[in-house]
Amino acid sequence: MNRFLKIIPWLLIALLGAFALSAIALNRGENISALWFITAALCVYALAYRFYAAWLAASVLVVDESRATPAERLDNGRDFVPTHKWVVFGHHFAAIAGPGPLVGPTLAAQFGYLPGTLWIILGAVIGGCVQDMVILFLSTRRNARSLGQMARDELGPLGGSAALIGTFTIMIILIAVLGLVVVNAMKHSPWATFTVSATIPIAMIVGIYMRYLRPGEVLEASLIGVVLLLLSVAGGRFIDADETLRIVFDREGLTLAWWVMTYGFAAAILPVWLLLAPRDYLSTYMKAGTITLLAVAIIMLQPSIKMPAITPFIDGTGPIFGGKLFPFVFITIACGAISGFHALIASGTTPKLLSNERDIRMIGYGGMLLESFVAIMAMIAATVLEPGVFFAINSGAGVVGADAASAVAKITSWGYPVTVEQMQLLAKQMGEESLFARTGGAPSLAVGMASIFGNAFGESLLALWYHFAIMFEAIFILTTLDAGTRVGRFMLQDMLGNIWPKMGQTSWTPSVILTSALVVSGWGYFLYIGVIDPNGGVNILWPLFGIANQMLAAIALCVATGILIKSGKQKYAWVTGLPLTWLIIITSTAAYQKISSTDIRIGFFAAANDLSDKLSAGSLSLEKAKIAPQLIFNLQFDAWLTMFFISLLWLIVFDMLRVVIRTLNGQPVLPLTESPHSPSRLVEDWIRD
Amino acid sequence: MPDGFKKAWRLLRRLSGDDAYERYLAHYAIKHANTDAHAPHPLLTKAEFFKQWQDEKWIGIKRCC
Repeated sequence: MNRFLKIIPWLLIALLGAFALSAIALNRGENISALWFITAALCVYALAYRFYAAWLAASVLVVDESRATPAERLDNGRDFVPTHKWVVFGHHFAAIAGPGPLVGPTLAAQFGYLPGTLWIILGAVIGGCVQDMVILFLSTRRNARSLGQMARDELGPLGGSAALIGTFTIMIILIAVLGLVVVNAMKHSPWATFTVSATIPIAMIVGIYMRYLRPGEVLEASLIGVVLLLLSVAGGRFIDADETLRIVFDREGLTLAWWVMTYGFAAAILPVWLLLAPRDYLSTYMKAGTITLLAVAIIMLQPSIKMPAITPFIDGTGPIFGGKLFPFVFITIACGAISGFHALIASGTTPKLLSNERDIRMIGYGGMLLESFVAIMAMIAATVLEPGVFFAINSGAGVVGADAASAVAKITSWGYPVTVEQMQLLAKQMGEESLFARTGGAPSLAVGMASIFGNAFGESLLALWYHFAIMFEAIFILTTLDAGTRVGRFMLQDMLGNIWPKMGQTSWTPSVILTSALVVSGWGYFLYIGVIDPNGGVNILWPLFGIANQMLAAIALCVATGILIKSGKQKYAWVTGLPLTWLIIITSTAAYQKISSTDIRIGFFAAANDLSDKLSAGSLSLEKAKIAPQLIFNLQFDAWLTMFFISLLWLIVFDMLRVVIRTLNGQPVLPLTESPHSPSRLVEDWIRD
Repeated sequence: MPDGFKKAWRLLRRLSGDDAYERYLAHYAIKHANTDAHAPHPLLTKAEFFKQWQDEKWIGIKRCC
C-alpha cells in the first residue's frame, strides 16, 4: 500500500508530462503558451532523474558511497578538495553552461519550435546527461584523469591522440563562431559596442580590487563589478545619443573582428587575475541572475509562442542555414541536448571536488538537465517573436537581399508577414539603428528576451532590456573566448614542448607570445572569413562547430562504451552505445552532405565551385569578386576540415570496436585503470557528527 | 527565515570562493598544525594564499560552450 502511494505522484507527473508533450506536438495553427514547454520539460526531467539516472547509478555504474573519492584521498586543500554537493553542482554548472545552449536553439528555430524542443528534451535525458554522468563517474574512479588520458589508458594511443586533436580543433572553431556572434551583435550598434567594451575595464577594476586593494574579498569586488556593468548598460544610451561619441563605437563588422582578435591575444598573455578571473566572476553572476530572471518572467507572463510547430524549411531551404531537418537540427543544437565539450569538464575538473560518489547522479545528470532547461528557455525566447520578425533579424543579406523592402517582400512571400515599418519600430524600441540581417542568434535572442522582460517588468525599458541581454550574452562569450584561447595556448605549448622542451615552459615569454599568436590567428582566420561572408558566416561556422562538438561527444561515448564492456557490463553497454550510434549516424550524414551535396547552400565544394564559376564568368560585382578567392579557398578548406573530423571519428570508433571485440573473444586488452577501493573516512565522520 | 538566509549566504560565499582563506586556515590547522616552523608548508597570508588559489584555478579547461 505504502509503495503504491509513493508511485502515485510519479504517475501524475508522467501523465502531466505526456499531456504537455502532446499539447506542443499536436498543436497546429494556434498560438500555444510557453508554459506547456516548461511543463513538458520539467516532467520529463523529473521522471528521467528519478528513474533512469537512479538506475544508471545503482545498476550500471554501481556507485559506492563507502568508497573514498580522489578529492578525499588526494586532498591538498587547493585543487583536490572534498566539497559540498551543492557547491560542486554550482561550479560544474557554471563550467558547462556557456553561450552554446542559447545560440543553437535560436538558429534551429528556423525549422519551427517542435523539432528543436523535442531534441533538447530527449537528447538530454538519453544522451547528454548520460554522457556527463558516466564520464564523471569514470574519471572519479581514475584519480580525476582527463578524457584524453582515459582514452589513451583504456583504448590506446590512437584514442588519446584523437581526443587531444579533437579538443584543440573544436576549441578553435568554437571561439571563431562565438567571436562572430559578438561581432554581429555589435555591428553598427554604438550602444552595444560601448557596453561590451566597458566590460573590459570593469573586469580589470574588479581584478585589481581582488588582488591588491582587498585581497580575497571576492563578493565585495563582484558586487562593485555588477553595479558598474549595469551602469554601463544604462550609460550606453548616452553614448548612442552623443553625435561625436557614437562615431567612436559605430563600427563595421571587420573592424570589430580585428578588435576582438586583439582583445583575445591580450587576454591570453595578460595574467589571469587581471582580466580572465574577474570577468569570469561577473559572467557567472550575470548568467545565474539572468537565467533565473528569464525563468521567473516566462512563468509569470506565460508568453505565447508565435512560431509554427514546423516550418516548410525542414526541406533544407531555410534562410538561416541550409540543410534538411535530418541531420541538421541535431548538429545545430549540440549544447543543450548533448555536448562533447562537457566531457572535458566532467573529467579532470569536477571529480577533484567530489566528496562522495553518490553525488555523481545529481552533478553529472542533474547539471546537464539544467543546461537543457536553459536551452528550452532560449527556444521560447526565439519563438515568442513573430516568425516574420525572427526571419528578418536572422536571415543574411545574401539570402533575402540587402535593402529592407526586398527583405520584407521575400520573407512575407514565405508566408511570414512582416513590414518595414514593423521592423523600424522594433529597432527604435530596442535602441538600434536596424535589426535587419543581424545574424548569429544573439540579437534575435536579445529581442525575444527584451520582449519577455519588458512585458513582465515594464515595457518602457525595452531598449535597456535589449542591451542588457546583449551584454549578458557578450560577457560570457568573451569569457569563453579568453578561457578557450588560454587553454588552446597551453595545449599548443604542451605539444610543441615535445619537439622543443623550452617551448613547453608555460611561463617562458617568447613561447607564450608565439603560441598565443598561433591560437588567435587560428580562430581569427575563421572569424575573418565569417565576417566577410555575404551570407552571414554563421551558416558555415555553426554546422562546423556542431559537427566538431558532436564528434567530441562520440569520442567520449566511445571511451565510456569501451570501459563498460571491458568491465564485464555488456548487457548495459547500450546506455552509452545507443546515443553513440545516434551521434555517429548524424555526424556522418551531416559531414557527408556538407562535403558532397550539390546544393550550394549545403555542400562546401558545391559552393566553392559555384563561386569560382561565377568569378570566371565575370558575373560577380566588383566588391564580391575581390573577396571571392578567399571565400573559395575557405569553402574548400572547410570541406577538408569536415573530412578530417569524420575520419578522426571513425578512427576512434574502430579503435573502440577493436577493444570490444578482443574483450568479448577473451583476447588481452589494456587493463582497466580503475584505482583500487579504499574506504571513505568522510562518511564515518559525518555519521559521527 | 533568518536561518535560511544564513545558509544561502554561506552557500554563496562558498561558491564564489569568498571564504576560501577561512577554509584554508581550517585545513592548515588540521593537516599542518603539528609541523614545526621550518616545515615545507609555512602558513600563507591572505594575499599570498589568494594569489596562489587564483592562479591555480585557471590551469586546464574550466569553461566550455
